[in-house]
Amino acid sequence: MEILAALLGLLGGVLSGLFGVGGGILFVPTLVLVLGLTQVHAEATSLLAILPAVLAGAWRQQRYGNVDGRAALLVGLGSIAGVAGGVELAKALPEDVLRRLFAVFMLVVAATLAWRAFHPKPAYSSKRDAA
Amino acid sequence: MARLLAIGLVAGVFSALFGVGGGIVIVPLLVSLAGFDGRRATGTSLAAIGITAGAGALFYGLHGDLKVGSAALIGLPAALGAVGGVALQQRLQTRTLTIGFSLLLTAVGIRLLV
Repeated sequence: MEILAALLGLLGGVLSGLFGVGGGILFVPTLVLVLGLTQVHAEATSLLAILPAVLAGAWRQQRYGNVDGRAALLVGLGSIAGVAGGVELAKALPEDVLRRLFAVFMLVVAATLAWRAFHPKPAYSSKRDAA
Repeated sequence: MARLLAIGLVAGVFSALFGVGGGIVIVPLLVSLAGFDGRRATGTSLAAIGITAGAGALFYGLHGDLKVGSAALIGLPAALGAVGGVALQQRLQTRTLTIGFSLLLTAVGIRLLV
């Protein structure tokens, strides 16, 4: 189970680098279904688990000139109040309700990605011009 | 500036509620509200998530909900994967991968729902 979890971590990292999303959304179900954590513990742990991948990814993107440092700082600082509220909300919800909400969130993300794939030039697709 | 803070606020709620970085929220909002192109939105989003996820881990940690060993087991391989993923993004046709990823999320989402 530990090896499977580590492999899924590797996969989640590759996907997060590719799409700018996809680390945590795979880590949470991995932690719940493979390692047997509760939904809240999985979400908490996922946030710590994505940190190394996010920092590595941001460092690489910085080297490609893709990071606006000031904007990142403002978005990050703005998020702290939202995070505080989100943590309280997650802990206030019954475990099974939170798990099902997360499942619905996954399906919405899946639909968003599919929409992105089937529309040739959506606003936020990665362009494959000569970069 | 107010827009960027507001994007962060919304992303922070999603991030903490679902245990994800919030890139799925930040990237499209940076494009639609702040005029970023896709790649720059992705890179900037990753840097912002460093703060968001750090704050989330800290707040959950104060409640005693963190499993540090499990986080290392998944997070350290993921860091290697993320470096590879960004390199691939620069040269790969990602449409097929995107569809595959979407199907994977759908399958796991249904598994968690029932």
